[in-house]
Amino acid sequence: MPPPDTNPFFRTVSFMLRYIVKRMVFAIPTLFAVSIVAFIIIQLPPGDYLTTLMADWASQGGAVEAGTVAAMRERYGLDQPIYFQYYKWIAGILMRGDFGISFELGKPVTELIWNRLGFSLLLSVLTLCFVWAIAIPIGILSAVRQYSISDYTATFLAFFFLAVPDFLMALSAMYIMSAWFGQSVGGLFSPDYVDAPWSFGKLLDFAQHVWLPVVVIGLGSLAALVRIMRANLLDELSKPYVTTARAKGMSELELLLRYPVRLALNPLISTLGWILPAVISGEIIVSVVMSLPTTGPLLLRALLAQDMYLAGSLILLISVLTIIGTLISDILLAITDPRIRLQ
Amino acid sequence: MSDTILQVRDLRTVFPTRTGLFKAVDGVSFDLKRGQTLCVVGESGSGKSVTARSILQIVDRPGRIESGSILLTRADGSITDLAKLDPRGRDIRSVRGKEIAMIFQEPMSSLSPVHRIGTQIGETLRIHFGTSKHEQRERVLELLRQVEIPRPESAIDRYTFEFSGGMRQRVMIAMALACNPSVLIADEPTTALDVTTQAEILDLIRKLQKSHGMAVLFITHDMGVVAEIADDVLVMYRGKVMETGPVEQIFHAPQDEYTRRLIGSVVKLEKKAEARTARAAIPAGTKPLLDVRNLSMTFPSGLKAVDDVSLTVRPGETLGIVGESGSGKTTMGRCLLRIYDPQAGSIDYRRPDGQTIDIRTADKASLQKVRREVRMIFQDPVGSLSPRKNVGQIIAEPLKLAGMRGRELDDRVAELMLQVGLEPSWRERYPHAFSGGQRQRIGIARAIAVNPRLIVADEATSALDVSLRSQMLDLMMKLQDELGLSYVFISHDMSVIRYMCDRVAVMYRGKIVETGDTDQVINAPAHDYTRALLSAIPHPDPRNRRMHNRFRYDASRAASANG
Repeated sequence: MPPPDTNPFFRTVSFMLRYIVKRMVFAIPTLFAVSIVAFIIIQLPPGDYLTTLMADWASQGGAVEAGTVAAMRERYGLDQPIYFQYYKWIAGILMRGDFGISFELGKPVTELIWNRLGFSLLLSVLTLCFVWAIAIPIGILSAVRQYSISDYTATFLAFFFLAVPDFLMALSAMYIMSAWFGQSVGGLFSPDYVDAPWSFGKLLDFAQHVWLPVVVIGLGSLAALVRIMRANLLDELSKPYVTTARAKGMSELELLLRYPVRLALNPLISTLGWILPAVISGEIIVSVVMSLPTTGPLLLRALLAQDMYLAGSLILLISVLTIIGTLISDILLAITDPRIRLQ
Repeated sequence: MSDTILQVRDLRTVFPTRTGLFKAVDGVSFDLKRGQTLCVVGESGSGKSVTARSILQIVDRPGRIESGSILLTRADGSITDLAKLDPRGRDIRSVRGKEIAMIFQEPMSSLSPVHRIGTQIGETLRIHFGTSKHEQRERVLELLRQVEIPRPESAIDRYTFEFSGGMRQRVMIAMALACNPSVLIADEPTTALDVTTQAEILDLIRKLQKSHGMAVLFITHDMGVVAEIADDVLVMYRGKVMETGPVEQIFHAPQDEYTRRLIGSVVKLEKKAEARTARAAIPAGTKPLLDVRNLSMTFPSGLKAVDDVSLTVRPGETLGIVGESGSGKTTMGRCLLRIYDPQAGSIDYRRPDGQTIDIRTADKASLQKVRREVRMIFQDPVGSLSPRKNVGQIIAEPLKLAGMRGRELDDRVAELMLQVGLEPSWRERYPHAFSGGQRQRIGIARAIAVNPRLIVADEATSALDVSLRSQMLDLMMKLQDELGLSYVFISHDMSVIRYMCDRVAVMYRGKIVETGDTDQVINAPAHDYTRALLSAIPHPDPRNRRMHNRFRYDASRAASANG
């Protein structure tokens, strides 16, 4: 037991501060490792951006002198050893926030990605909220009415959406919405608003567009969460503390929400760590199909063109988001479960 | 009669199963009077817990009350039949926690681990009286003081896992008392606790019963506890009432055969086993099988669990190690098999060829040899058997490791099962199909499979009903005589130690405070802590209730006097 006379509130706060700092320090080596892996992955395919470019030119009938290629290779720094290229890239990021330039688009990477990264993040967060808001009630219902019609129906639907590939779901959703309801689909804005500054009208337009990709991406992760919630809650429902609460005279609904559901949520919070990457990678395909202005399509293009600084920076930043997600889930878990804080 | 608060008549509670209705409670009737304690006693599975839960209509699904009446007389004189109320309805909820409160066996799992105890206690007040947060806190503090929890002001904001078992049970009691109920139902509230803690909790319940004028329905399998606290007794067996009457009559003039057997199983543990009193003493000059010198073990957290312990075990002997939970006795037992790595001291084990090995510093190869000769039996007969292996496989495992195969292996498993009193034809069954006592027999069969010379039994009988306890001890002694085994028998229960151990070592806070022949330690204890342990054992004779006047050991006070 901790010293008996400390105030529990201060104990909690001081623990949380130490815990958060510790977790952040632990995240640093992970980030470092991720940056190396990201860079290596980009270098894995044979050739580099210039070979891709030459192949492109050659296919268009142009011929390039060997001297030009060598000169360009020198200009882009591609003639230097890999570790030196990595050093240059990572040093630029750390010292100046400079992620390098995109070869293909001829612009600094930073200029290209922040906007899209913002939309990616927004889309992911909205999707997470949507999935949780749907999965938790369905999970509760499935557990409380185990082996009932509603349990089987919910389970069937969840697995159905898990089985349907993302792109197919995106295509069907777009077809249904535009052919039957005449809604403008694809993108996050109507054409009029794409380049307009933010306004109430633009926000409204955004809301009209964003829900479809959110639903499409979210439905794929729904099954896992529903099943986790159901299994957790079934475990908790038979615990003795439920009987204790019942013996106090608590009503069944209050009891359900206050005790077993409250405890069943804890493992669900820790799923945030892996559900976030799942959402982000699911988003890539859906974004390409629905032509959303997020990082997904940009990353795909950069990888195809071997545009290494752009692709590397995108992979790095997406990984950072994932690590942050895990960090947030750890912190949330420590807040909601005193056993982690105090034991 | 105005004195009767609860009148149960012909209660039947059933559980529908695939093969038909299982009658868990079959025609039970009793009266509970104001200020009195009624003990419901029986083995596990006798339906005593279901009876208690039926009163509050909190029987686990799919169980339900089939017929009978439960008449509750309220403070205003009105009478309600609880059996007729809807189990989910408002009426029964207004009885639960307010008129009739309940405490449970396992205080850890019966309380939520993620809610502060103050919230869990205060909740009852909010539900029944709509008490405001501030008033709730005042009342909860008062309750915590009543159940004698130290420093209530900081305890109120703590979580259950920050308390010891006894303190958790006090929290449960505080919760039950919140609305001043007229009936308290206690379902095996002390079974999971040490004897000394049990004595304290029983004292507390009795004290609160007096000051609140409550009627107590106390459910237990321990006849010793019954003798200490009951006014009236109800003996249950397989859902039926076998006998009922005042405690005097039950103990001194039992009418029913089953009651006599129950009492006999406790009285049997009141003295040394006949098999042991008759046995010839071990020759004085025998070289010890196990010689432990100055053993110390400190956990990474800084807790010194074993502190300079020395003891010896001679061949064919049973050494008892007794102490409360947290005394370091389990850690000590595990050190003997090098499950933990003790930092200092020596554990000299004498092999059959006369050569000694220090287990503490032994290398991997010799440790493997030693572990074939020194085996362990665990407390929890459920958790220590793999649910995915059948009994034959479980028992065969150490034999397979020793290189036995095929026909020989099958025969040996069958022989072992017979030896521990299990039918060899049950070998295909899985552990869950066995009762607690049978599971412990499986554990014993596994332990003796490779002909060990020493068995470390860690609380091997603590999870069993008293009636099964003596059977298990008899079996262990039979095996000892047949196979020439030595035991290190770890237990918190002095009566078990007295029954079968030749010598006993008393452990307190990692140290051995007293060691000697069992008779001598029990009849003339030299250390105050030993006296306290002995006097906390419930005595199965209602005419001689001694637990209330027991001797209490206070380490800080004794420090100067006893060292």
